[in-house]
Amino acid sequence: MRYLANAATLGLSAEKCVGCGMCLEVCPHDVFTLEGKKAVIRDLDACMECGACAKNCPVGAVSVRSGVGCASAIIKGMLTGGEPTCDCGGKGGADNCC
Amino acid sequence: MSEIKLAFKKPAPDGPPSACCAQPSVDISGPRLPQPWLAGFVNSPAGPVPRISTVLDRGDQWGRFKCRVSSYRDDYTVPPGLYAAGDPDGGSEVVASANYKFSFDMLRRQLKGINAWVLVLDTKGINVWCAAGKGSFSTGELINRITSANLKELVGHRRIVLPQLGAPGVSAHEVKRATGFRVHYGPVRASDLPDYLGAGLAATKKMRTVGFTFMDRLVLTPMEIIPMMKKYPLYALFILAAFGLEPSGILFRDAFRGGFPFLLLGLVPVLSGAFLTPLLLPYIPFRSFAVKGWIMGAASLYLSMRFIPWRSAARTNGLLLAACWLFFPMASSYIALQFTGSTPFTGMSGVKKELKTAIPVYLASVLISAALLVLYKLALWRFLI
Repeated sequence: MRYLANAATLGLSAEKCVGCGMCLEVCPHDVFTLEGKKAVIRDLDACMECGACAKNCPVGAVSVRSGVGCASAIIKGMLTGGEPTCDCGGKGGADNCC
Repeated sequence: MSEIKLAFKKPAPDGPPSACCAQPSVDISGPRLPQPWLAGFVNSPAGPVPRISTVLDRGDQWGRFKCRVSSYRDDYTVPPGLYAAGDPDGGSEVVASANYKFSFDMLRRQLKGINAWVLVLDTKGINVWCAAGKGSFSTGELINRITSANLKELVGHRRIVLPQLGAPGVSAHEVKRATGFRVHYGPVRASDLPDYLGAGLAATKKMRTVGFTFMDRLVLTPMEIIPMMKKYPLYALFILAAFGLEPSGILFRDAFRGGFPFLLLGLVPVLSGAFLTPLLLPYIPFRSFAVKGWIMGAASLYLSMRFIPWRSAARTNGLLLAACWLFFPMASSYIALQFTGSTPFTGMSGVKKELKTAIPVYLASVLISAALLVLYKLALWRFLI
């Protein structure tokens, strides 16, 4: 199953990359691969922008704009001008709608 | 990975809670025995630690079912803190989880026969993945729990296993820097955990990759359908008012006779957008959820138009037909687009891209179909008067 092509905001700086392979470990969609001693983006369109790679890159070589994928949350974000947040009820303002 | 000592000892019996009355010195934020999912205490250098049962009972299964079909899931938690599975010791692995009881149950039933420590993070009752995205399954929370549970005293090694889908919330290198513990991202699914632990914390590519099977999608559909059905009474009221409206007032007979087919048609986009589209997701052409939902909506409308008991001349009215074809597939498209929030492969940028086109189309469709309905009413009245 694949989503829209060329939409993901994932970026990787070959300059900063130290080839530790952490992004390969955390990616649930097998987006990265190691070529020589550097990570490369193998399959950009498989990226769902969860942000695990960027969070776990020890040298900040990976960048991605991550956020919730709920359409209603994004619509709300567009209307209010803020960042989309899931707030469809739940304990303490939190929920598990997504 | 040869240094990893995995103790697959004889499983501890998951019997009733023991009579132990010592206060656990670890921060368990007070799970009080007897909790049906607890089975006594395990003694540790850091004090007594509650032992979890690795068998789900009827109450657990019923809770799991209610989470799938209602907002019961919004408040279904276990106290965060340290637990034991089996009979762990200083060489046993530490596995982290969320305090959403559903997630916790999925983990503990996989720990049958395994001796391990389970560190439950306070994720406010949210599952691992969503909590990682929202920032409650986080670097800071993990560091705090490692410290408050006194893990350094508890185990001789410095490893902690996290569910892979917790990675969007946790910086492994920061955890290492702050606590000395190295984060090992385990498999995506709890069911792969025994194999992962048995292989000395080695994950296969299959364990690392997230899937979205027919069953995965099916179990999500109730919580797509139910929120939509909550909006249905409003739609029904509008339809009845629109069809019953006469220059002299609202006629109930007309409201029902004219409105009935449309009350039934109103269920069609819910069925196609919240049930059929998620189920048949990989088989519907195009990648856009809005388009997939529209296609399913149009197909479902076509079929239902043939079987609906019309009881009035509405079926042959061009204005009403045009309104139907404009509104119902579009509603199905909108509902299907909501499902992007539940899949493990759609990203925010893609959804934004879809919405940029979809929202103007949705607004236009609603306005035009409403205008067509008004025209139909006006034509009807002029004809009658």
